[in-house]
Amino acid sequence: MAQDALVRDFDFTSDVDVEAIEVSAKKARSHAWIRMARYTALKLVALVFTIAVGVYVTVFIANMGGHVDTIRKAAIREQVTLARYADPQFRQLPSTQRNEIIDQQIALEEKRYGLDKPFFQRSFIYLRDAMTLNLGFSESMSSDSGSRLVKNIILERLPSTLVLFGTANLILFFVALFTGLSLSRRYGTLADKLVLALAPSSAAPGWFYGLFLILIFAGILRWLPFGGMVSAPPPDTRLEYALSLGRHLILPVSAWLIAAIFLTAYNWRTFFLIYSSEDYVEMAKAKGLPDGMIERRYVLRPTLPNIVTSFGLLLITLWTGAIIHETVFNWPGIGRLYFQAIGVFDTPVIVANAVIYAYLLALTVFLLDFIYALVDPRVRVGEGSSR
Amino acid sequence: MQAFLLRLRQIRRYPSAVIGIVIIAILVIISIITPFIIPYSDAVAMWRGGETGVQTRPRNAAPVWTNWFNKVDKAATITFESAEGDGERFVEELSADTREIRQVYEFEFPYDTFPPEIILFTHARYAAKQPFVEMLWYTPDGREIRLGDFSPSQSSAFRFDQDRRLQRRLERETDIEGVKPTQGLFDDPAQEGLQVLQGTYRLEVIALLFEPEAEFDSTFVSYGQVHGWAGTDHRRRDLSVALLWGTPLAMAFGLIAALGTTVTTMSIAAIGVWFGGWVDAIIQRLTEVNAILPLLPILIMVGTLYSRSIWTMLGLVVVLSIFGLAIKNYRAIFLQVRELPYIDAARAYGASNMRIIFRYLVPRILPLIIPQIVTLVPSFVFLEASLAVLGLGDPVLPTWGKLINDANRQGALFNGFYYWILEPSALLMIAGLAFAMVGFALDRVFNPKLREI
Repeated sequence: MAQDALVRDFDFTSDVDVEAIEVSAKKARSHAWIRMARYTALKLVALVFTIAVGVYVTVFIANMGGHVDTIRKAAIREQVTLARYADPQFRQLPSTQRNEIIDQQIALEEKRYGLDKPFFQRSFIYLRDAMTLNLGFSESMSSDSGSRLVKNIILERLPSTLVLFGTANLILFFVALFTGLSLSRRYGTLADKLVLALAPSSAAPGWFYGLFLILIFAGILRWLPFGGMVSAPPPDTRLEYALSLGRHLILPVSAWLIAAIFLTAYNWRTFFLIYSSEDYVEMAKAKGLPDGMIERRYVLRPTLPNIVTSFGLLLITLWTGAIIHETVFNWPGIGRLYFQAIGVFDTPVIVANAVIYAYLLALTVFLLDFIYALVDPRVRVGEGSSR
Repeated sequence: MQAFLLRLRQIRRYPSAVIGIVIIAILVIISIITPFIIPYSDAVAMWRGGETGVQTRPRNAAPVWTNWFNKVDKAATITFESAEGDGERFVEELSADTREIRQVYEFEFPYDTFPPEIILFTHARYAAKQPFVEMLWYTPDGREIRLGDFSPSQSSAFRFDQDRRLQRRLERETDIEGVKPTQGLFDDPAQEGLQVLQGTYRLEVIALLFEPEAEFDSTFVSYGQVHGWAGTDHRRRDLSVALLWGTPLAMAFGLIAALGTTVTTMSIAAIGVWFGGWVDAIIQRLTEVNAILPLLPILIMVGTLYSRSIWTMLGLVVVLSIFGLAIKNYRAIFLQVRELPYIDAARAYGASNMRIIFRYLVPRILPLIIPQIVTLVPSFVFLEASLAVLGLGDPVLPTWGKLINDANRQGALFNGFYYWILEPSALLMIAGLAFAMVGFALDRVFNPKLREI
């Protein structure tokens, strides 16, 4: 009964000017939106700067000792020589004159690509090129549409990568969230102990479990395809295409989940347990609120920023495994492209891929920052918005 | 320190951690012993095919222990080297110059399958006149089969399967059209079709030497379908070399990388927190830039453009992780530690900045770091394996990841050489799990907040 009294004591609404509250609430809401926009814009500016530095470092490493320059120069020499020798008139010239013409042409081309400038200046040309994905022509690879522009090759592969990892990570997030919640409710039961015991399995990356999944479900049982994105030839109707894609998604997504789910669910369960022992949760329980509501409003709500941050850190580390994941599952994304580029030693594609991964990581960080701003009331209220 | 050890002792309460520690201890012992059994240069030579001359190992042979799980006993490798004193050797002086050396190799063949290959390698030393060699084969049921004769040069090899005359002789013997000599020699003629006749076989190599100074030795190898405790790969290399040497390499890579990254990150976080202001700000921004630097793509780039040496990779991993995201966690802890009274006391007696950072701040959080280091080890072990699987493994050293890569390239799963992938994978998994389990338990011991829950 004391609780009832307490609740009644807190019930002040009847004595307060309702209209004034609504107006101030509206004001606060519009303020909140401005703050959100400012926060996002600030984050975006910081991120563009971060990407620039990141890409610069990547390009710098790629060109350490002038490797990129040498490769470019060699390519120019070959192109010029071949183009010149295709001309029958040129072939009849004396050799000294021929060499002279070729050297002149090469010097001209090198100047055109900015190769004569000092390294410091050149590195910024490379940075600009890399940031705009203007990474020139590949050495031997081509896109399925036949283009040899590195940009086209990469952009063609990007959607498949996003489909695979978008699906996998979304499933990972929600499955881990609900498993974590339900485990925190069933603290100490067999299921809880099982997840705890399985958590060390996250020591191995997804592709590692992928090998075994392929061995079992594709090799021995023959239920699912070995790899690839759709069956060959690709189905005609949209529905069949989607079904085929779904079938091909099962193994790579499962492998991704197995590698991360137990540790993530275990970590989040711990978060939930810590928060559900807070006083205000006890208070809510004492008030007699239903369990579902306590979980959603009193446990999940305050933990959400922590969870988003922890998920962000997880994603950043997981992105690294994506290259091998795609290679193992023969998934036609940029990871596999990377693997192929290593095989044929296609430097422009390798450098461009490193840049694209920097972009993808940055995008992940930004997206999570944005979600963080949405779920963390401190950002909207404008208190301690700096993290 | 006393309290630290006391806490460490609590780990006994976690059975998984005890198992993990035992596994880690075994792996460490293997790592220490391996360089003594197979010296580094030998391992590199063996793995790069530096061995010349006689290859006594079969191709793609499964490990011997696979026979325990199979009804069919697959043939194992049988080797006789007369130079090593194997078999019996009879010498007979025929004249002043001519000698007859008879080498008798008697062996049991208790298996159910035929050997995939049989080769007799010969090594002869002579000045002008080549020796003459004749080979006879005695089966358990008392038949005598003439294998053939030839005049060996300094070193030559008689490949049973490539001898047409022997094949024709065996076709008559077994009544099977196109029988391979390796099968015909072990076939039981009393039974229909190809059936192995188990029992004691005898091979006699009779060499006639025409010079008093001449010498003759032979090596007989009946290659097996199973070989050694680890099996062999497509280039006749013994997988046990790679499995053994993979252990110290994986341990070294994992431990050094984990230790290196954690210690540097922690020191930098401590420096940032202690000096604060712009130092802290720069460190924070660098951490953010570092977070979007794609580690594996950069490693791949360096691997393709510069060097694939495992030590270059190790150095790069540590350098790229200096400003790792862990800085944020350590920073939060250091911010609390900085406010503790003993730090004030240190400042009051005039301790230098570096002394406060490295003698007072850093040691304080060491207990928190230990679980972190142990948990990090497997991720680096797998990172090395990942690079190898991508074909960027160390060019000279055999590692677990390189085995998986080789196996994948040779279609091991498709061809049914499961042992080739399963052995290195199992080792990776065992090592990874051991460290993870110990790390987990340490975390609970050192972070009491987790233990309560």
